[in-house]
Amino acid sequence: MEPYKKHESIAALMNRSNVDTDQIIPKQFLKKVERSGFGAHLFHDWRFNDDGSDNPEFELNKPAFKGAKILVVGDNFGCGSSREHAPWAIADYGFNTIISTSYADIFYNNCFKNGILAIKVDKDRLDKLMAEIAANEGVQFVVDLENQQVTTPGGNGFSFDIDPFRKGNLLSGLDDIGLTLKHVDKIEHYEQQHKLNFPWLWV
Amino acid sequence: MKKTMYEKIWDSHLVVDEAGQAPLLYVDRHLMHEVTSPQAFEGLRLSGRKVRNPHSILATMDHCVPTKNRNLPIADPIAKKQIETMAENCRVNGLKLYDMTDPNNGVIHVVVPEHGFVHPGMVVVCGDSHTATHGAFGALAFGIGTSEVEHVMATQTLPQKKSKTMQVVVNGTLSKYASAKDIALAITGKIGTAGGTGYVIEYTGSAISQLSMEGRMTLCNMAIEAGARAGLVAPDEKTYEYLNGREFAPSAQYWEQALAYWKSLPSDEGAEFDAIVTLDAAEIAPQVSWGTSPEQVIGVDGLVPAPESFSDEIKRQACESALAYMGLTPNTKITDIPIDYVFIGSCTNGRIEDFRIAAEMAEGTQVAEGVTAIAVPGSYHVKQQAEQEGLDKIFIEAGWEWREPGCSMCLAMNGDELSKGQRSASTSNRNFEGRQGKGGRTHLVSPAMAAAAAAAGHFVDIRKL
Repeated sequence: MEPYKKHESIAALMNRSNVDTDQIIPKQFLKKVERSGFGAHLFHDWRFNDDGSDNPEFELNKPAFKGAKILVVGDNFGCGSSREHAPWAIADYGFNTIISTSYADIFYNNCFKNGILAIKVDKDRLDKLMAEIAANEGVQFVVDLENQQVTTPGGNGFSFDIDPFRKGNLLSGLDDIGLTLKHVDKIEHYEQQHKLNFPWLWV
Repeated sequence: MKKTMYEKIWDSHLVVDEAGQAPLLYVDRHLMHEVTSPQAFEGLRLSGRKVRNPHSILATMDHCVPTKNRNLPIADPIAKKQIETMAENCRVNGLKLYDMTDPNNGVIHVVVPEHGFVHPGMVVVCGDSHTATHGAFGALAFGIGTSEVEHVMATQTLPQKKSKTMQVVVNGTLSKYASAKDIALAITGKIGTAGGTGYVIEYTGSAISQLSMEGRMTLCNMAIEAGARAGLVAPDEKTYEYLNGREFAPSAQYWEQALAYWKSLPSDEGAEFDAIVTLDAAEIAPQVSWGTSPEQVIGVDGLVPAPESFSDEIKRQACESALAYMGLTPNTKITDIPIDYVFIGSCTNGRIEDFRIAAEMAEGTQVAEGVTAIAVPGSYHVKQQAEQEGLDKIFIEAGWEWREPGCSMCLAMNGDELSKGQRSASTSNRNFEGRQGKGGRTHLVSPAMAAAAAAAGHFVDIRKL
């Protein structure tokens, strides 16, 4: 995983709530056995017309949002299926930061496993950020994870909370599994106890 | 300290709980299917790691498998590769797999309980949000992403954040033909798809105790639709009776020991929950979803709501766009909505009890003109049981298709799907845009409601039949 660095990037606006993972990456694209290449299908059913051409009505097809790394989106983003193909598609498309009031639980976890910083803000802050983008499409925000700060040209900057464990992993780009395996002696000890307490699970 | 069932399971599975680190939770059972596992195996291979406890894993093929002409090769080359990859990954790592031709094959969350693979008090994961199903046994069961699938394979643990607890109390007796599905939809309607976010739900109350194990599975299955991490029902005599004698249940030698442990699991009297939601079972009408989110539901005797009936701006907008997608006009009677397709099956409603009640409704009827109705058993065992009871004949005589098991039209990955603009009465769990086919319109209902709609060509208040 790439370490997450401070960056200044275009913030794209999707003023929609309850966007589910079936929309983020429709199921016809879940049959691949690789992790890569899902960005081409991100938001497929909204993004493309039936003939495969770009749907000009869809937010992310606006030229001003081209190259955006920050996605500002409505409440309860990523609800529904657990498919990690959703954050894979988001990351592969080029986003590394999402700003919303709330996320579905599994999706939120999946983001951090894939180098995506999912920032939670209150409703009032989200409305201000959305208004700033709507008034100035193509505006760039600065995201500084180290200092937990977002700054915007319109003065709607804010500081955000994040779990220190998740922050550390994003900044270092470290592999979760490697970190857990540092505790392998504790896992072994637990398993010994487990065999004594629940012998029927081990026959 | 008085503890909830969730807290008891959590505490007994903590491997590491140190300041500055995410608590590490031990995983007892790991379930797998072909869609969310291949990249996890690839990751394991690339990092030179091994599956720590192959014994803890049970795999099946369900999402992409055809539900007819199973003897023919899979037509879709990408789906075929995914299926082959699953078989190879299980072979190389020595994992139990019920492949497409195995008599035990079926939808993962139907197959696992059939074999008694999940017991009360376990921590159970699967790369699938409907893992919540197994909370019906009093196990902490939740969906994970593919990176976490890899993590569990390599370490048998997961870094987890402790959830808050929500008690959903459903007292009273359901009206005739109202079911666990209707309770699940009514809860989602009441608290919303984000209402349970950050929580593990424990379902309690007399209406829950009265549910069969199948009904409890349906209920817990849809905990995720209300945003919850997991759903739980305390184990009781029904749970023990269901498990006794199944392949992976504790043998006679250990039965009493296991039973003693299971009986210690229910929440202590007076244990505190972070939130409490109460419903009266008698007031739950058979539910029909009208929109594109499982919270957009109403009783069958209701009307399609108007956007202006919502005071919340986000809900108003959501209603407006859902009605546009669904092609519905406000104030239409739910029973006046015509349907084109009926699907009975899925990990929500693909068990024997679901086909029994649907067959009861279908018996002596004919599928309405212009309607396609398919019955897709959740597993080969469900199919076989239904056939022994003659249910297949009832469906076939009524003009239904009787299929092979699989996820089928719940998420339409295997070619079973709606065409643009087609409208379904579906016993599955999600009515998202395009879920059952691009432009397809899904109405979530119980099996009894689906079967009655197949015969009438529109929704019917089955309480009046």
